[in-house]
Amino acid sequence: MSQVRRIINTSFESLLPIVGVVFALIIGAFMLLALGANPITAYAALIEGAFGSQYSFMQTLVKATPLLLVGLGVCIAFRGGIINIGGEGQIIVGGLASTALALAMPSLPGILLLPMALAAGMLAGAIWGGVPGVLKAKLGVNEILTTIMMNAIAMQLSNFLLRGPMIDPKEVAAKTYLPQSAPVPEQAWLLRLLPPTLLHLGTILAVVLAVLVFIFLWRTTIGYRIRAVGLNPSAAKYAGINVPTYQALALILGGAFAGLAGAVEVLGVSHRMLEGVSGGYGFSGIVAALFGKLHPLGSIPASVLFGSLLVGADKMQRAVQVPASLIEVILGLVVIFVVSSELWARRQASKRKTS
Amino acid sequence: MMRMKNITKRFPGVLANDKVNFDVKAGEIHALLGENGAGKSTLMRQLCGFYRPDGGEIQIDGKTVQFKSPADSINIGIGMIHQHFMLVPTLTVAENVALGLPSSRGMQLDLDVVSKKIERLAQRYGLKIHPDAYIWQLSVGEQQRVEIMKALYRGAALLALDEPTAVLTPQEVDELFKVLRGMAADGHALIFISHKLHEIIDISHRVTVMRDGAVVATHPTAGSTKTQLAREMVGREVILQYDKTDYNPGDAMLRIEDLTVMGDRGQKAVNDASLIVRAGEIFGIAGVSGNGQRELAEALTGLRPVQSGRVFVSGQELTNATPGQRIAAGQSAIPEERMREGVVKDFSVSENLILQDHDKAPYSKGIFLNFAEVAKESKRLINEFRVKTPSPETPIKNLSGGNIQKVIMAREINRKPRVLICAQPTRGVDIGASEYIHQRLLEQRSAGTATLLISEDLDELLALSDRIAVMFDGQIMAILDRNKATIEKLGLLMAGVK
Repeated sequence: MSQVRRIINTSFESLLPIVGVVFALIIGAFMLLALGANPITAYAALIEGAFGSQYSFMQTLVKATPLLLVGLGVCIAFRGGIINIGGEGQIIVGGLASTALALAMPSLPGILLLPMALAAGMLAGAIWGGVPGVLKAKLGVNEILTTIMMNAIAMQLSNFLLRGPMIDPKEVAAKTYLPQSAPVPEQAWLLRLLPPTLLHLGTILAVVLAVLVFIFLWRTTIGYRIRAVGLNPSAAKYAGINVPTYQALALILGGAFAGLAGAVEVLGVSHRMLEGVSGGYGFSGIVAALFGKLHPLGSIPASVLFGSLLVGADKMQRAVQVPASLIEVILGLVVIFVVSSELWARRQASKRKTS
Repeated sequence: MMRMKNITKRFPGVLANDKVNFDVKAGEIHALLGENGAGKSTLMRQLCGFYRPDGGEIQIDGKTVQFKSPADSINIGIGMIHQHFMLVPTLTVAENVALGLPSSRGMQLDLDVVSKKIERLAQRYGLKIHPDAYIWQLSVGEQQRVEIMKALYRGAALLALDEPTAVLTPQEVDELFKVLRGMAADGHALIFISHKLHEIIDISHRVTVMRDGAVVATHPTAGSTKTQLAREMVGREVILQYDKTDYNPGDAMLRIEDLTVMGDRGQKAVNDASLIVRAGEIFGIAGVSGNGQRELAEALTGLRPVQSGRVFVSGQELTNATPGQRIAAGQSAIPEERMREGVVKDFSVSENLILQDHDKAPYSKGIFLNFAEVAKESKRLINEFRVKTPSPETPIKNLSGGNIQKVIMAREINRKPRVLICAQPTRGVDIGASEYIHQRLLEQRSAGTATLLISEDLDELLALSDRIAVMFDGQIMAILDRNKATIEKLGLLMAGVK
């Protein structure tokens, strides 16, 4: 009997995130009503927009890719007990660095240029995460504050570069001055897998990396130490693990993955550095990672789900004339529900244990 | 004035208070004496409404009362001065006193009224406090006066002070005692909780001694001697008996020279301590909690910096070494705070077993963990140390305290340490596991490990140690050979009597 109840309880707990989404959509429905739209039509459009055709589903995957990459970085950082809110800035500097490198070496063959551009993005992101990481390790500065500040710095850096040194010469010639870089050389583009859809090699790369991150966190000594530091820094220190070093490492790796997301967006989708390349992925990626229970493999379906919401929102906007940003409200509600249902489940579990 | 009758309180697996009778009269200072874990705090928490008794009753002025919350207790005129002050550092004395009380002007603050009343009370009881001073500017002794003021302001007729002198300098203690005597003379009833015998003899009119959750004796303080009180406090003769191999000490493995370590409040928590632990020896450290044992252990495991003095482990200087360097030098440690420093509670049993050695063969190859070996070794250690766990993959937080401690023992002993720092190894552990842990420590002794055993359990120290040092106020009072150490002698030394 108790066996059965336990199975019911555990399966119920694993369904909680889904329940969270459903609740968020229900509240969203009331908002749609308040905006004068029919929620059923709206959600139908949302689903159709995300999964209705091969093209729309591929578009969902394209959106899911940066979410997954950022989410992987968030998984590593959170497992190390570090809260990385700096995804946005890390994406921006990743995009800038990979663009700059690709534009600087236009004659290199793709087999060299593409990996180098991706690596440049990762490195830039790692540095952007590393500054707060080292500040935390050496001086104990709160990483939440520093990563947010680094976002602002990255944003302004991008504003400056895309209006000055890195602006597309054609924009200057045409006197339109759109803040965007010149297109990166074609050999540095990530392969389009199913033209005319935008699905590109970056998606596969992200899934492979998710598996690698899983192996890294649970099968290597470094991953073991990051998790030990994240779960109990006192015990880790007592056991001789250098806690600040691994906290910094967790943030550096988190930054590297977000930087890679920026590089993949440039090399796979926009093919040039644009303002707003980060597109909120730095924050949505945190949501996706939390939704995937901070597990790299769980982040895969979570990213697809959130990618679909982002893509479907456009269709919904057209179908019922509500702002697409309503979907961001729903994303926010999902976080609130998932996190609070988790706490609720934990309290239930501890109640069961004591009674 | 207040009488507690047959108070009984149970916690899972522990009878914390067993039919305790305790009373205090107006104008009296009644001391409550006992070792840590004797049930003093539990008793007081019931008086203050934090816990509800499982049995028995509390009477105030002859009427039975029931406290549903601490507020009920405060309203009826009971005040408690905790060891850890409950003050807001960024507020003034008057603001802290007024906190949570209704203002005489409704929505508007009446701090001027509060200040006047504070000044009046301060004068009456000789409590030197300035109502406009900020808490963070005050010394520990002054903060304590604010706590007493809070209770007086709320009209406490009965005041319980939980080890009020633990944080004070001798001068501040004199000052406090003057205030307490004044309050008693004014008709207040005072409960003075302590394990410092000379203070109890100095200040109290009556004394109640508790041990193992029950009252051992209640009698007037006048005529009691420290020796008598010490005997009542530690009580029973040694029950534990183990077969020990002959004492055959080898080289000095752990050498501590003139060690001084600062405590959290910037005081000398360990003051100029020197000792040597030899191979094949268990060296016990006795003392009432809070006399520097914790800071000593933290300094020896690299968690707390050493102010002055030196530490050597098998000849190698490790005074301010990191925990990792100490482990590499062959030192193992069993921490006092088992859940905080001993294990990662969300890790499995086997993940906890490799906490230090996960990057060494056979647990890993290059950067990859070798799960087959980890599983094999975990199973072996779980069997060898009789850890009761459903599987090696079970999160360690699901195990009992005794089994968690066995996992820590298994990990630390498996490393074949030359020096073992062992703090409170059986605190909160059931008797069966305790005995097993003791046997393993004696095995280590035979195997030539130098063990420093820090414990508040005198039975444990007497059963295992070859030599025993007593710490009091950060200093080593004396180092006794086991055969010269009696409970009485230790009890007096622990109370600071040479």
